Amino acid sequence: MLSRTAAHLYWIGRYMERAEFTCRLIEATIRLTALGDHESGDRAWRSALSVVGVQADFDRGGEAFSAAAVRRYLTLSEDNSGSIRACLAGARDNARAARTALSVEVWQAINRAWLIIRDRSRPGNPQATLNLIEELKAEIRGFEGAVGRMLRSEGCWFIELGAVVERGDNTARLLDVKYYLLLPPGQEVGGALDRDQWTTILQIVSAKTAYRHIYRGPLQPWLVADFLIFRHEMPRSLAASAGESVELLGHFAALSGRQGPADRLARQRLDRIEDLDIVTVFQGGLHEWLHTYIGENAALDGAIARQFRFG
Amino acid sequence: MAERSAFDELWGVSRGKTARPGFEALAEWIAGAPPGDLQRRQQAAEAAFRSLGITFNVYGEEEAAERIIPFDIIPRIFSADEWTRLSAGLEQRVNAINAFIDDVYGRRQILADGVVPQDIVLGNSQFCIPCAGAKPPHGVYAHICGIDLVRTGPDDFFVLEDNARTPSGVSYMLENREAMLRLCPELFEAFSVRPVDSYPELLRDTLYSVAPRGTREPTCVLLTPGHFNSAYYEHSFLADNMGIELVEGRDLEVDDDIVWMRTIDGRVRVDVIYRRVDDAYLDPLVFRPDSALGVAGLMAAYLAGNVTLVNAPGTGIADDKAIYSYMPEIVRYYTGEEPILPNVETWRCREPAALGHVLDHLDELVVKLVDGSGGYGMLIGPTASSREIETFRAALKAEPQRYIAQPTLALSTVPTLVDQGIAPRHVDFRPYVLTGSAGVRIVPGGLTRVALRKGSLVVNSSQGGGTKDSFVLAGRHGEAETP
Repeated sequence: MLSRTAAHLYWIGRYMERAEFTCRLIEATIRLTALGDHESGDRAWRSALSVVGVQADFDRGGEAFSAAAVRRYLTLSEDNSGSIRACLAGARDNARAARTALSVEVWQAINRAWLIIRDRSRPGNPQATLNLIEELKAEIRGFEGAVGRMLRSEGCWFIELGAVVERGDNTARLLDVKYYLLLPPGQEVGGALDRDQWTTILQIVSAKTAYRHIYRGPLQPWLVADFLIFRHEMPRSLAASAGESVELLGHFAALSGRQGPADRLARQRLDRIEDLDIVTVFQGGLHEWLHTYIGENAALDGAIARQFRFG
Repeated sequence: MAERSAFDELWGVSRGKTARPGFEALAEWIAGAPPGDLQRRQQAAEAAFRSLGITFNVYGEEEAAERIIPFDIIPRIFSADEWTRLSAGLEQRVNAINAFIDDVYGRRQILADGVVPQDIVLGNSQFCIPCAGAKPPHGVYAHICGIDLVRTGPDDFFVLEDNARTPSGVSYMLENREAMLRLCPELFEAFSVRPVDSYPELLRDTLYSVAPRGTREPTCVLLTPGHFNSAYYEHSFLADNMGIELVEGRDLEVDDDIVWMRTIDGRVRVDVIYRRVDDAYLDPLVFRPDSALGVAGLMAAYLAGNVTLVNAPGTGIADDKAIYSYMPEIVRYYTGEEPILPNVETWRCREPAALGHVLDHLDELVVKLVDGSGGYGMLIGPTASSREIETFRAALKAEPQRYIAQPTLALSTVPTLVDQGIAPRHVDFRPYVLTGSAGVRIVPGGLTRVALRKGSLVVNSSQGGGTKDSFVLAGRHGEAETP
């Protein structure tokens, strides 16, 4: 496979995953703001901006802050390289360039998602935004399904590798923005507002019922952190991302008979997570630990690009 | 021109009264369709094209530059006898084209014999100086030719233009057929239509057959300018259907006159490049130094015989419009036969007598730049404003050698679905002629382009033209000989 094709596929995976994450972020924030007052609503949208790391960009853009403005910025803005539109445009550009490496179904799902958002100039009221996001999520699920039915070879592994690297980054950033809510075990539990926030976090990673299934008790902030970092069963947890990247790189190694720095980095990261628990993480500081994780994830991203000669 | 009654591919000269023999079922199919039914099927086809991303980009349009080419659901039909004659004429013409290119980059016998003036070849902007003396593997230059044909009467086919560089449009031939099979299966019961779906295989065979001689299994790739190019969909479609890599210039590198592509497992040697990049952009060391689309050193690798370029660089010398007017002589010179497919009458404005005639009849003629394409740089006298005519008059007087002129032909029409119902629209036809080491092969079909505006003769997709499927019928005994 051409190195350039590999890069396109990898970025399709990253962009589609990021588009989906931003969809769920907006969806959960709309739900959260529906519960609280105006002021907490503004806080929630500020927090949404920082989860995807564009708060400073938004402020620089000069647009007056409002819930509607942020909603538009995250959904449709062409100035925001992380908006859903920009992600889908990026995915489609890469898909066009790697057309021959994709099945018709994968291409069509990406193209249809793009066509849904291409001509929208405003997201409309919260209900209209939710409808738009529902439509997009359906196409993105179609994309994931179609990737799952691609020939099990390098093509789909690169897409999945991109998705897994992106997913780890997203979950870590989400936790990092909310870390002050995720108190260590034993600390005093917040009020109803905090509980809404924890619920929101779980909704963003679409794991609310999964949490109840695993922990069976009421929502505990430190268990939410445990869940999103350590539980392999939870597909968007950091441990699951770390495990999956090792597995995917293993497929390439089995095919070519060679391993490289990306394999080593991925395995070391997985080993470290497996030797750790949530109490230790809190002792060293959740925020610090997440920063290290985000840095390692970026290093893995670079190592993958170099190993497959597209860096 | 629309006032002149043109020959119709379905109705002949009967003005819609009786279908041509053998085509009655199409007339019945059109007449029998419930109101709105054909429109609905056509919309379904276009929706499928958009969803598949079968689009082209229009140069000069920044916004929403991806468009689909309008597709018309009423097919154009060739009888078996018509096709037999056309394919013989195409083979003859393409053989002559390849012989001509070989000659002008080699011994230049045709120039020495005075059949074609020397300056028109050697002074031509399409003459590739670095190619002089180079002989491509297996001696084939124009492996893929798109020969544009027009028709004005029952037996009157003409070659309008030869495309010997990087002709496009073949993916529409294939996708249009797919759409017709899906949406109008009953037509394929009514007619015994010869299949075209073997084209990618034939093309693949052609590419492999012209690989530089060696013992290894050759690696073929398709070189595209990239996904912003207007024909990118076709590039990806063909690469996909041939099972070869679709590469860009930045995926290739030349080392010691060997071409390599960069893969995730390291470098892989490349033997045959089906390039859809124009000569001028192929190699910044030899041609345009600002080109980022090509590969530095590619020409050296080609001249060393280490890689086959399909089509070979320099084939533009054969499809230049100034050369076109000499094609009948060229065919006679190399084949010793009369051309089966005649040219359209052409005035070479470089000749003073012809120029005088053209200047006196600008409002009747089509004037073309010898190096223009895609319907750009063209005057259609009968529909042009007096201002446009005067602009061309001045340009003709200033640089007559850059222009040729032809009569406006009453191009044949095909019934076409338009807003007001079904109406005749002018068409042309581009078959694709493949030449490998073992000779010429032609898939029974091609691209029918239709001018959707009433009376218009411009069929180019960049100027509002559409496409139709082109049926070639099997012989009377139902035998479908292989192409």
